[in-house]
Amino acid sequence: MTKFVRSLAAVAAVATLASAANAETTVRVAYDADPVSMDPHEQLSGGTLQLSHMVFDPLVRWTKDLQFEARLAESWEQIDDTTMRFKLKNGVKFHSGNMLTAKDVDWTFDRLKASDDFKGIFAPFTDVEVVDDMTFDLKTAEPYPLVLHTATYIFPMDSAFYTGTTDDGKDKSEIVKHGDSFASRNISGTGPFVVSEREQGVKVVFDRFDGYWDTETAGNVDKIILTPIKEDPTRVAALLSGDVDFIAPVPPTDLKRVGDADGVDLITMAGTRIITFQMNQNRVEALKDPKVRLAIDYAVNNAGIVDRIMRGFGTVGAQASPAGYLGHDPAITPRFDLEKAKALMAEAGYADGFSITMMAPNNRYVNDDKIAQAVASMLSQINIKVDLQTMPKAQYWPKFDERAADMMMIGWHADTEDSANFHQFLSACPDEATGNGQYNSGAYCNAEADALMNASNSETDPAKRAEQLQKLENILYDEAAFIPLHWQNLAWGSKSNMNSTDIVNALNFPYFGDLVVQ
Amino acid sequence: MFAYLVKRVFQAIAVMFVISLIGFAIQGNLGDPLRELVGQSVSEETRQQLRDELGLNDSFMTQYLRFAGNALQGDLGTSYFFKEPALDVILKKLPATLELVMGATLIIVGLSVPLGVYTAIKPDTILSRLIMGLSIVGISIPVFLTAIMMIFVFSVHYGWFPSFGRGDVVHVWGYWETNFLTADGWMHIILPSFALASIMLPLFIRLIRSEMMEVLQSEYVKFAKAKGINPRRIYFLHALKNTLLPVITVGGVQIGTMVAYTILTETVFQWPGMGFMFLEAVNRVDTPLIVAYLIVVGFIFVVTNTIVDLIYGLVNPTVNIARMGA
Repeated sequence: MTKFVRSLAAVAAVATLASAANAETTVRVAYDADPVSMDPHEQLSGGTLQLSHMVFDPLVRWTKDLQFEARLAESWEQIDDTTMRFKLKNGVKFHSGNMLTAKDVDWTFDRLKASDDFKGIFAPFTDVEVVDDMTFDLKTAEPYPLVLHTATYIFPMDSAFYTGTTDDGKDKSEIVKHGDSFASRNISGTGPFVVSEREQGVKVVFDRFDGYWDTETAGNVDKIILTPIKEDPTRVAALLSGDVDFIAPVPPTDLKRVGDADGVDLITMAGTRIITFQMNQNRVEALKDPKVRLAIDYAVNNAGIVDRIMRGFGTVGAQASPAGYLGHDPAITPRFDLEKAKALMAEAGYADGFSITMMAPNNRYVNDDKIAQAVASMLSQINIKVDLQTMPKAQYWPKFDERAADMMMIGWHADTEDSANFHQFLSACPDEATGNGQYNSGAYCNAEADALMNASNSETDPAKRAEQLQKLENILYDEAAFIPLHWQNLAWGSKSNMNSTDIVNALNFPYFGDLVVQ
Repeated sequence: MFAYLVKRVFQAIAVMFVISLIGFAIQGNLGDPLRELVGQSVSEETRQQLRDELGLNDSFMTQYLRFAGNALQGDLGTSYFFKEPALDVILKKLPATLELVMGATLIIVGLSVPLGVYTAIKPDTILSRLIMGLSIVGISIPVFLTAIMMIFVFSVHYGWFPSFGRGDVVHVWGYWETNFLTADGWMHIILPSFALASIMLPLFIRLIRSEMMEVLQSEYVKFAKAKGINPRRIYFLHALKNTLLPVITVGGVQIGTMVAYTILTETVFQWPGMGFMFLEAVNRVDTPLIVAYLIVVGFIFVVTNTIVDLIYGLVNPTVNIARMGA
């Protein structure tokens, strides 16, 4: 048996060597999921954006230290309060062979405005005006500080390719959420890779685009095979056994194993997704009292959670904005003081405590259910008795929408990569008309905080904006609007012969076009 | 015979109907499919609009009748995630699962007969005790744990076998791509097959052993021994034949059960079959796919049971299939 296995292994090894000999650099990547669709505007999710960065190029993109880097836009300038003029790079070719012009950007912008998932981000924008073939104006209704932030979401699509009707009479440009569409199966961008084969849920094969405009990149990968591997231990095993070259995410339990393994590097980075608990003031009278909320914040040992439960794989937080965001105030530090918490409870008249219900998902965030259990037991220290229920995310979100418990967990990553977004969705006064506070299950409401957010949304001076947003974070902190826990870290595992450290970023869209294999 | 088959077909329809009803009844508790379809910032208004489009706001009866009406015309709905008819998605994944079950079956048949017979004939040897001891361990350890341990030992530590996926497959016909025609395919299917077999193999060894021991006590074996017939001939020709009767019945039913066990094995090995697809569908609340899967698996159970009954009739002349239809 052993002999048989060995000889088979030998045959397989020879086969691998033979295929390596024709000098094509292939990188096998394993993620926990593959993109739901080839349509870059169907769903606003990490998977879609990862795909977009491989097959398309944005006008500008984020660098590792959260600065902007020109991609398809060669240059840009503010020509008046509400207009930003962009100049496109010359000689950019789509996979179909068409050349990129300002018309494509205009067409893409209109499609973004029509997409259920993206139109929210583009709400402040009114139009793209084509000036000439290579120049266009991006217009907003009001002065808007996040024009470049939003431009990272504009991946120009090949308008000629996506225009017209299919053989069965469907419009090629239509965005269909839950059905077949031309754009969900066909793709033409300007990006470094062309999708040459795709079996949903099994694998996607990307081949380097011969006519890629960015000839200065050192990236030398000819082929990427993306395989989703759902199960954490299998994904790690696939990397360790050499079946794949790059994996994401690395589960916290295997960080050490991947870090210690020979020939494999562990790359970690502070992420931008904050994990929080919200306290529902409509359901529990006591939670209306800022002192009680502060007491809860003082009772929760978030450094302990990061240390013990997350095994150091998180950045302890005391505010929503991670470092690098305008609103991040380094002076805001985590609170943990049980005596102080007890004193605050007594001051508020709740020395004997009270009972609340708590809900958290158990498969959405890293260690979400364990974190919730820890928080529940920490609250028992100040006599708050917690009835905790955890459930799969599919069942959790409807419960969250119903505001079904007194304390609910939510993690948030700002799609705009900007501080105001956290407040808009998580802690602004709930308002159905504006959509503010859509995820504010605590029903926290502070007019001053909302005014600061609104002011910051039309303030184009970064210094003033930073001041407003930091003031906003301080209000939320002083009133304990919510319980911040930590920002989840990101972790990738990579073979040591690749420059993976250079292509990853806090947004978790590794720029595979720049990947170099030695 | 014909009457029997007709009866079976009606039974199958009834089973499928009940399954579809149950599948439909639980879908309301699985969660909200919208969450997996839209991004976080999409407004409640747009969500409601999408729910209307998907018909999720209709009453249970309306939804079920609509489903049943389409199902009668062979349309089991369209998967939210794959954006293809649910039945097509399942049929594409079916060959991978069946090949895995076949691999496991080969292992079970190939190993359980000799091991079962050996432990029955020589129950007191160290080897027998070892086999019986290991079989207890095999039954007790959950499949996913066995699978993960196998990956870490044979893929990561020794590097003999690939850790996931199907490897090179060869297209045979229609949706059927096979692992059995390339060396790489064989390498990929060995670990998952053993993992899947790990629960059933001990069960079969024990079953064959106890049946064999019983047969060995019977009068005709004693008589054969007294007659001085070669022991080999007694064991493998006379005794084994009678041992296998109950094994076939249990075995047939268990093959159906194995299709269900593939959920765990496929998930661990990222095997692109329908078990893995089902678990994913549950996570994504892809309800059309979930209901279609339940119906297809129900169908497989009914078919295997029918075939087992037919084979049993052939092997055991005392069973009269024709009369079972009455």
